[in-house]
Amino acid sequence: MHGYAGAILRVNLSTGAVSREPLTEDLASNYIGGRGFGAHFVYREVPAGTDPLGPGNKLVVAAGPFSGVFLPSGAKTSLSAKSPATGLYGDSNIGGHLAAELKYAGYDALVIEGKAGEPSYLFIEDDRVEVRPCAKLWGMGSIKTEKALKDELGDEFQIAAIGPAGENMVVFASVNHDIGRQAGRCGMGAVMGSKNLKAIAVRGTRTVHVADMAGLRKVANEMFAVLAANPALKVWQDQGLAQVTTWSNSIGALPTRNFRQNFYENAEALSGERMRSDIHVRDKACFACPMATGKYCRARHRGETVYVEGPEYETTALIGSNCALGSIEEVAYANYMCDELGLDTISGGSAVAFTMECFERGIITKEDTGGIEARFGSLDAFVEIVKLIAARQGIGEPLSRGVRAAAEAWGGGSEDFAIQVKGLEWSGYESRGAPSMMLAYMTCDIGAHHNRAWAITHDIAVGRNIIKGKAAKVIELQHTRPLFDCLGVCRLQWVELGLPLEYYARLYPAVTGRQDSWDDLLDKSERIWNLVRAFGVRERADFGRADDQPPRRFYTEPVPDGPLAGSRITREDLDRLLDEYYDLRGWDRNGRPTAKTLERLGLRDVAAELQALGRIS
Amino acid sequence: MKLDLDRCTGCKLCQLVCSVVSFGENNPKKAGIRVVSRLFTDARYDVVVCDQCGLCIESCPVGAISMEDGVVRIDADTCTNCGICVETCPNGAMFVHPDVDHPIKCIACGECARLCPRGVLDALAGVGKVAS
Ligand code: SF4
Ligand code: SF4
Ligand code: SF4
Repeated sequence: MHGYAGAILRVNLSTGAVSREPLTEDLASNYIGGRGFGAHFVYREVPAGTDPLGPGNKLVVAAGPFSGVFLPSGAKTSLSAKSPATGLYGDSNIGGHLAAELKYAGYDALVIEGKAGEPSYLFIEDDRVEVRPCAKLWGMGSIKTEKALKDELGDEFQIAAIGPAGENMVVFASVNHDIGRQAGRCGMGAVMGSKNLKAIAVRGTRTVHVADMAGLRKVANEMFAVLAANPALKVWQDQGLAQVTTWSNSIGALPTRNFRQNFYENAEALSGERMRSDIHVRDKACFACPMATGKYCRARHRGETVYVEGPEYETTALIGSNCALGSIEEVAYANYMCDELGLDTISGGSAVAFTMECFERGIITKEDTGGIEARFGSLDAFVEIVKLIAARQGIGEPLSRGVRAAAEAWGGGSEDFAIQVKGLEWSGYESRGAPSMMLAYMTCDIGAHHNRAWAITHDIAVGRNIIKGKAAKVIELQHTRPLFDCLGVCRLQWVELGLPLEYYARLYPAVTGRQDSWDDLLDKSERIWNLVRAFGVRERADFGRADDQPPRRFYTEPVPDGPLAGSRITREDLDRLLDEYYDLRGWDRNGRPTAKTLERLGLRDVAAELQALGRIS
Repeated sequence: MKLDLDRCTGCKLCQLVCSVVSFGENNPKKAGIRVVSRLFTDARYDVVVCDQCGLCIESCPVGAISMEDGVVRIDADTCTNCGICVETCPNGAMFVHPDVDHPIKCIACGECARLCPRGVLDALAGVGKVAS
């Protein structure tokens, strides 16, 4: 099948059974790839009530039709499963060289089920697939694991590995690849750990065939030329996403001190310029990417020198300003610790900031922390806390289940400032002054993540206090942006360098031979969005509007300082945003897709299933 | 030949486009150039590619390798895929692929140099005739 490797590799770790299933035309054309494949398999094969950390959960590792193909940045792999953080469908994507290698090995996706009897890693080299015991890697950091496997297998193997946090099933454990790239969100690392799966190693020698090579070369060469001629390319090559920090601070969006503030007085010390001048060692790109936003950096702390890719914006926001660290080198060191332990830097940073706020308010004390002075600004405290989380010891035990669970354990009103939605910690944009971004976080299908609808620029463009009309933009973005995760391609070239979407629309028929227009693809993206929502509705009788709420802090505390000092969003505003959003989506006011909407999207069987359960009308 | 390796980002676009121009395929393992990560040891990338030194020409027992306009080429029809030149090359710049019946090497077409986002390979484009 054009644009695809043509096979799904299914590995049952309990039985050791390995099977190759042909990729069906139906799956490829309706769910495209990447996250679409993830949503399909997780909805169809992970029934309601499945323990996300039990053998019944399935981990889907999927590339897309653009992955590994001659075009800019076909580098994205999606990892999907039922999330241990949210109990809902979850996914996370990762750049680097994994997606391309998976396709060259002959697979569009891996579906990993069951649980290995002993610590193991999955070895894939073209047709050779083996579940190999690896007791000696268990307990090792994720970067060290990657090195050990590359030393053994060779540099051409691409590795995705978990650290101790994944082994111990911390619900925000990451899957790491290429020395510091993370599939950080939703606890995909914990799912791997629960399956005794330490790593995946892939190498492939096959060709990815496309429908129209000449047509593809024409469009791709135009895209490469347009990118190369863009004057903004240079700053992206120099600073990558680290440049966003200064901008975010200037517009009052930079999470600071556990999201109490959105302006960090010390942001200059965390800027992209400082990253470049103080700690940068090498530019580092994902597969076939001219932007090279990866910044390989060096950090020294207490006599130790470490190297890691990062910190990019999200890490700088959640670990840096949100924990009030003092320099980009401190952030880089903390970044390294999270990567090595295998913790999402977003949720990890948020968990530490939450702990620091609880400590400063006296909700927890030195007795609880085992002597750690958990104050904002302390890198030592940060390091001690993340070690406890990864090991699930002391305060690390409740924290390892996420800030929502920790707030339940510690009480004292702390749930008001446990900054999460659906159990997933909020990523790097404080949104009291950005209603569409706020709505984007509330309604993001996996929990409080920005990537589905990065709508903050829309708020700035049309007016930050306006409520009406914002839902439509959020929905448009929620269909457009995840398409990139389905296609297996990075979206930054479009988002940040303004590469027109029209190019991607032209690539699709050249790669796949299918004649879908971009609008057809958006319809498919809407179907996937609704399928993910349906997963939640099937999962829990009470799933709905209550799951789409931000923490109380955001509608009870006005912004204390910075450029947006005094601004706030009200409870009523939030309800208006949600009503408008649900109406436009064809969902009821409790946030459930109606049968009519599901049927319109070609999900008749899903509608019937949910109706039989009495969940939708 | 001096490549500007300090600027290499390891994107492998050169390897990918090489397979596209040489075989009409998306397959970086079918390329005459290799990007190697040395991040763990030296915090940098390396690019392995032929410098047209000509040492392999003599090593070939069937005379399948020759130099034309400064570019060393393998005649695929004559080549028996014995692998001797692969062993001989001091740069490790002859590559084997299970589906290709001769070693694969750079023919200095310049396409990778044209596309490299960092100008790492400009020196390559100066070798032989550069394809338009
Ligand atoms: S822009 Fe960055 S994340 Fe995207 S493909 Fe390039 S290097 Fe990777
Ligand atoms: S295209 Fe250029 S930057 Fe990319 S890997 Fe090749 S030499 Fe390095
Ligand atoms: S392939 Fe190797 S031996 Fe032959 S010309 Fe190139 S560098 Fe020299």
